Amino acid sequence: MSTQDTVISVAAALVQVALIVVGAPYLTGLMRQVRARIEGRAGPGVGQPVRDLRKLLHKEATRPEGTSVVFIAAPLILMASSIFLAAVIPFVSTVAAVGGVSDLFAVVAILLLGTVSLALAGLDTGTAFGGIGASREVTIIALVEPTILLAIFALSVRVGSSDLTDIVAGTLASPAQVLSPASLLAAVAFAVVIIAEAGRLPVDNPSTHLELTMVHEAMVLEYSGRDLAMVELAASMRLALLLGLGVNLFAPWGVATSLTPLALLLGVVMLIVKVALVGVALAVFEVFMAKLRLFRVPELLAGSLLFALLAVVASYFLT
Amino acid sequence: MSTAVSTQLLDVLSGAILLTAVLTLWRRDLASIIRLVTIQGVLIAGLALLLGVDEHSTELYLAALGVLILKAVILPTILRRVLRDSGEVRETAPLVNVTASLLAAAALTLLAYVLSGPLVALAPSAATRALPVGIAVVLLGFFMLVTRRRALSQVIGFLLLDNGITTTAFLATSGVPLVVELGVSLDVLLVVLVLQIVAARMRMAFGSTDLDGLNGLRD
Repeated sequence: MSTQDTVISVAAALVQVALIVVGAPYLTGLMRQVRARIEGRAGPGVGQPVRDLRKLLHKEATRPEGTSVVFIAAPLILMASSIFLAAVIPFVSTVAAVGGVSDLFAVVAILLLGTVSLALAGLDTGTAFGGIGASREVTIIALVEPTILLAIFALSVRVGSSDLTDIVAGTLASPAQVLSPASLLAAVAFAVVIIAEAGRLPVDNPSTHLELTMVHEAMVLEYSGRDLAMVELAASMRLALLLGLGVNLFAPWGVATSLTPLALLLGVVMLIVKVALVGVALAVFEVFMAKLRLFRVPELLAGSLLFALLAVVASYFLT
Repeated sequence: MSTAVSTQLLDVLSGAILLTAVLTLWRRDLASIIRLVTIQGVLIAGLALLLGVDEHSTELYLAALGVLILKAVILPTILRRVLRDSGEVRETAPLVNVTASLLAAAALTLLAYVLSGPLVALAPSAATRALPVGIAVVLLGFFMLVTRRRALSQVIGFLLLDNGITTTAFLATSGVPLVVELGVSLDVLLVVLVLQIVAARMRMAFGSTDLDGLNGLRD
């Protein structure tokens, strides 16, 4: 790779990061707005999460007495892992800036790192809610992580590489594979996983603080000011990351395969359009869903794990 | 039809057959389980039709028609009648809970894949490579037979078992002779009719079709 190419690919990675960091709150805002409109409310507007973040960033962060470095470090780790993932997952182009890092197992492990650090922070506060939230989150994550691994692994079988860039490039090269049984099953499993991992209905309700049901909100209850802003931003980013990863794995059209500026621009536009579409679809879906009883959640997740496993098996015996 | 298209259709059909079998384990609502079995019957008929088109065999067309009538019309009608008479709309307490059943289904599918490896190696083709689907459906049917309490769920487990055997037959040998197919189908029909009567008698005797009620003796 020549020096110029390296510069462009680094630039492409930076564009991805900027896009996710700036776009994620707007995605959350868009989803809330769509939901509000369907429910017959006026809604606060697409920019409301950004305004919230700006307000929180100007406020002092208080820390509960007796919390350790875990509590302070968790938002930073969550944020850092999200930014790292935004740089390495092939969102805009399949030419990786940092080769070999976008491996499926590395990406899922780093995704898990953020979740676990937040769960530990929830435990660190020593409050009842923090503990409840952490325990619920870990219950969910125990089934979610293997499902993500298996679902993407099903796609990686036919490419013969566990590198996400190779998987996306492989699907781009032969689009007919999108309709294979393995790919469809994996898509269903991945959709359930996105909903669970990002804490959306019917697994978790992101808009309530009801102690019977909350998962993510219970863990971050003690955060305030700058720290809360970071946690909120990271949560939006993770939703955007997962949706972006999902659309690029199962419908990678528009992703740049070369490093020409025009292709990159097309990649950026297509990513925004696709993620916005999927986000709106998810918001519409949520309007019609009721929160699942917490004890029924493992059932849903076991189902999605089974789908992912069937996808892997099918990718072996159904060509 | 070109080979690539028919292979893809075959894959989609087999995948869907496996999926419906798994979903019957997931759902608790007996009406939707019956719907899934109906869909599975249609899919198996579609599979037979596809193989018939591939091999230009009239016998397979007839088999497809027979499968469609029996598995997608007659049997579901009988099951729906049993359901309506029994008034039990849900499988309330399976012996193994749904989460564990789903994980077991995953293990059984893997087992089917391992078991059918040597069979596929005998004559590799697009149809035989999908053979694990048939065997997995057989195993899932067995599993449902063993773990469900309601008589209706057990009948559905039995049907799943039969659907698996039919699928395996179609995939492995492109259909058994029509006479054999007819005989097996009549057998299944008869079994389901007998089970319907048994379920009705049980309901009269015990007030429910929970088969555990048959374990103990009483005066």
